[in-house]
Amino acid sequence: MPDSDDGDLIGRLRAGDGQAFAELVDRYNASMIRVASAFVPSRAVAEEVVQDTWIGVIKGIGRFEGRSSLKTWIFRILVNRARTTGAREPRSVELDTGDGLGADRFTAGGTWREPPAPWSDDIDDRLSAPEIATRIRETVEQLPDSQRQVVTLRDIEGLSSSEVCAMLGISEGNQRVLLHRARTRVRAMLEQDLGEK
Amino acid sequence: MVRLLSAWRRDLVCRDAVALMTDYLEGALSPRQRARLERHLAGCDGCDEYLRQMRLTIDVLGRVEPEDLPIEARDELVELFLRFQAEGDDGPGA
Repeated sequence: MPDSDDGDLIGRLRAGDGQAFAELVDRYNASMIRVASAFVPSRAVAEEVVQDTWIGVIKGIGRFEGRSSLKTWIFRILVNRARTTGAREPRSVELDTGDGLGADRFTAGGTWREPPAPWSDDIDDRLSAPEIATRIRETVEQLPDSQRQVVTLRDIEGLSSSEVCAMLGISEGNQRVLLHRARTRVRAMLEQDLGEK
Repeated sequence: MVRLLSAWRRDLVCRDAVALMTDYLEGALSPRQRARLERHLAGCDGCDEYLRQMRLTIDVLGRVEPEDLPIEARDELVELFLRFQAEGDDGPGA
């Protein structure tokens, strides 16, 4: 789904407008480092992957056909490079791969032992607090690799399901399982944090 | 067969409803599965609230800004872009 202002920017890029390219870098560089970091072992490697991606963009922009948005096209190059650059180091403490909603939340019959406490009406304000963003970054960072990659591309960057499946080479069904686990884990963190205040 | 049929007809329990929520939000359930989940949600405040919280979670994930980092190579990248454009499709070093 092309962004509405893509057309103008693409035209200027093709015309060789350096200011347009600077805008493109400003718009996506930080997001690209965040995405690359979901695949590679360190921030330094992520920055290298992103620079390498920009060089790919410079060389390839003349061939960009506009069938996807500019963002999707750039992120496809990025994810390709990040994936071939190599996996993150195995963590010393591997977290359990469950979905963060323990079986003890339900009775043997499968009903809530204790239903989730309703989030209050001022929840939007509380979720907008800067500490929440920090806690979400930490929680996503701790997820198993495949969950972190999927939730970063889908929910954080807002790419579509089919785009992300194609980038990662996974099925829609597999993607939904990974997304479900990641979202469940983040919701559980929020439940705990919001409950403590 | 009788067991299968009764499992098919029985209402969802909360544990199953929760497990289906991403499939539901992704539009991946069959009409029959969707109706079954919606029937459960209509009668279960706990699961209805859980679904609301999942939606809020997705929403808040989408609002997390990337860390604001200085872009050290920006000027060099712009220069490279200009050089490449000036030299045409073959570009420097191609």
